[in-house]
Amino acid sequence: MEEKITFNLNGKPVSVMADPTESLLWVIRDKCGLTGTKFGCGMGFCGSCTVLIDNEPVRSCSMTVGEAKGKKIVTIEGLAKNGKLHPLQKAFVENDALQCGFCTPGMIMNATGLLMKNPSPTTLQIKEGMEDNLCRCGAHVRIIDAVHAAAKEMKGGKK
Amino acid sequence: MKKSDDKKTVKRQGPAGTGLPRRDFFKLLGAGIIVFFRPWGELDLLGLPAEQARTLTKDYNAFLSIAEDGTVTMFTGKMEMGQGIITSLPVQMAEELNVPLDKVKIILGDTDLCPYDAGTWGSLTTRQFGPSMRAAAAEAKGVLLDLAAAQFGIPASQLEVKDGVITDTKNPANKVTYGALAKGKRIEKYLDVKPQAEDFTKFNLVGKPYMHVDAVDKVMGKAVYTGDMKLPGMVYARILRPPSHGAKLSKVDYSEAEKIKGVQVVRDGDFIGVLHESFHVASLALDKIRAEYTFNEMPVNDKTIFEWILKADSRANVVRTSGDLEEGRKSSEKIFESEFHDPYLAHAPIETHTALARFTDGKLTVWAATQSPFGLQDSLVREFGMTHDKVRVITPFVGGGFGGKSKYQQGNEAARLAKLSGKPVMLVWTRDEEFFYDNFHAASVIKISSGIDKEGFIKFWDYHVHYAGTRGSETTYNVPNAKTTDYSRNKNAPAVHPFDTGPWRAPNNNTNTFAREVQVDIMAAAAGIDPLEFRLKNLTDQKMIDCLKAVAEKFGYKPAKGPSGRGIGIACGSDAGTWVAEIAEVKVDRNTGKVEVLRVACAQDMGLCVNPQGSLIQMEGCITMGLGYTFAEELVFEGGNIRDRGFDTYQIPRFSWLPGKIENVILDRKDKAPQGGGEPAIIAVGAAVANAIFDATGARLYRMPMTPARVLEALKKV
Repeated sequence: MEEKITFNLNGKPVSVMADPTESLLWVIRDKCGLTGTKFGCGMGFCGSCTVLIDNEPVRSCSMTVGEAKGKKIVTIEGLAKNGKLHPLQKAFVENDALQCGFCTPGMIMNATGLLMKNPSPTTLQIKEGMEDNLCRCGAHVRIIDAVHAAAKEMKGGKK
Repeated sequence: MKKSDDKKTVKRQGPAGTGLPRRDFFKLLGAGIIVFFRPWGELDLLGLPAEQARTLTKDYNAFLSIAEDGTVTMFTGKMEMGQGIITSLPVQMAEELNVPLDKVKIILGDTDLCPYDAGTWGSLTTRQFGPSMRAAAAEAKGVLLDLAAAQFGIPASQLEVKDGVITDTKNPANKVTYGALAKGKRIEKYLDVKPQAEDFTKFNLVGKPYMHVDAVDKVMGKAVYTGDMKLPGMVYARILRPPSHGAKLSKVDYSEAEKIKGVQVVRDGDFIGVLHESFHVASLALDKIRAEYTFNEMPVNDKTIFEWILKADSRANVVRTSGDLEEGRKSSEKIFESEFHDPYLAHAPIETHTALARFTDGKLTVWAATQSPFGLQDSLVREFGMTHDKVRVITPFVGGGFGGKSKYQQGNEAARLAKLSGKPVMLVWTRDEEFFYDNFHAASVIKISSGIDKEGFIKFWDYHVHYAGTRGSETTYNVPNAKTTDYSRNKNAPAVHPFDTGPWRAPNNNTNTFAREVQVDIMAAAAGIDPLEFRLKNLTDQKMIDCLKAVAEKFGYKPAKGPSGRGIGIACGSDAGTWVAEIAEVKVDRNTGKVEVLRVACAQDMGLCVNPQGSLIQMEGCITMGLGYTFAEELVFEGGNIRDRGFDTYQIPRFSWLPGKIENVILDRKDKAPQGGGEPAIIAVGAAVANAIFDATGARLYRMPMTPARVLEALKKV
């Protein structure tokens, strides 16, 4: 049965009426209207639904909204600040790291989590960290370049 | 259900082959200058069923409009699925019309607004649509100049255009923008144009790298795909599916599903849909349905399919023949017989087939992820007995197609559900449905016998292709005695495939190039000649020779006869008018059979390259996707039961599979017409890797994918 569930979405408190067993993905897409987070497989195998939960990349299709109660959720729509692209978003554009763009939000969210843990990953570490995010168009080479470029820019910003 | 393959012809009503009545169409466009043209040539009809080709040569069916504010809008029935035409077509238009790129807008794949187009496939957009569009734009510019000349009372030759402004060269104060020429009126021009051989070197925008215009929206999560839409009163649908192809519903009870609050179950024969405003509840309700089936399975599975194909009731069709095979056999010193196997492959785009359908005021609108919006429109017109002006199909961004979205079953299903329920219906196929209803790349067998003389010249080539299709089956090499025979299902013979099959990125060509190039490699090794030298020796096709030389240079190739132990393999071929050669370097783990790709180099002759950045991206994408069919992709099935229903068992390329280096080179061919770029580089990946494995170990692989188990098996035979 539906109940009121509250969490923090992209910096703002949000309450929804939802069955707590419903997947977080569909609550974000349908009840919160943020459709940047994509449904690719609904089984946790493709990564296009990746969001950050308390700064950890998580497959939102495989987590229930009940489990997300009280958590801090960031989706692709929450990355840009004041109209300015996040360094990863900018790097994906500048490196042409996307084709059809459907896996892109999940790729960027997963990479965001990766760079939070490891601000200067090697190519091998990027490959390992991105391994379970699938792209059918074959944009992988440029995604790796984009993650490197963003890592560089983010470090530059800290100095 | 009315059969969607009903052959009844359908007529389009509106101007320019659009679906709208004339007055509605022009109302949408408003004032300004509207230019119609006919895309050139019968080539657009290539590979299409005749009924789909109907309006192409009769109607003025492509156009552009110039609004009073100077915005140029181009309309095309093609769609964007990641191949980048949303960027490359406006660039060509801006170039020809002499307007700034940011003034060009493009409307894609909307059957009300856009002229008829058969579908987005076959790498046709740039090579066939592009030239006629450019020619029309050039003509349109002429029309604009004539209008300005009349306004100023001077000859058009006295005018020049820069950034959409026409200026009198003798009196520069005399100037007018394109937009202002219409003076609030609507001016219609109908042009008959033929693309001319153009001086491509004069181009300013075309041929320069630039970024994709849709990228910012895509990285922000703002780009709208079909599934991202929402309409008032919209419900999500799940459909009761059979457990296997060929299974028939014998008993069903959905009373438990109907008990769930807000759930509506609709039924039309065996077609049963469950609707609810939430996807979650619709899915829960679907699980409550109890259904029984009778089965009628084809007695074939992924292991027996090749034998099954060879035994099928087939029709042999000689595609090409030259010389005398018996003569060739006699003059050969060594003869080679090989049989190659290629399995079923799934398209597996990350966006599943999705559609949203709505009936309002007697009009049906369907938003759908499809490569064929007009095909879907025709199908809906037939299914619901409606006219084209009452059926509109719109394609938002599409999340990958690869040939798999050339069909549109989900669009018909959503529309049926909308009709049955009286509500707008969103249908998002699950990953399970996406695998189950895919139109798979067909499994196939290729048998080749060929022979060489003492000097290493190929004397004969007897090529038999069973159910792979003939794209890419050209002999390619200069062989005096050659024959290609294509085997397909005999008329009225039972179906060979237990499920639907269809085009998969560079359809047929991956299979044909794999077989041909491995066979050539076998002959080179037997002749004791370096595989590059062997190819060059047996080729007269200058484009292929140039590509091979270019890729060898890029790679830093040093000749050696195989197997050299280095792990370097070569393959070449042509697809969609583009010539391609690849070299792969691999490392083979003899204990596990695992193959690591260290490097891939690729050289491509695609004529004039309209968008070098976009082309390089497509080449990388092709090579990366090609690693899938090369190493892992193979549909597991038992009769009509598809066993692979998710990415847990059906593996597609991942980051760890990437070669250490991908190096691409596009040959400079500015004086030649542009050719296809979305598919060619994928065709040679399998063969280049197979030949590299041989070069590393002496093991020959005749079957894709080259899994560790198959590599180990082949190693045992060395």
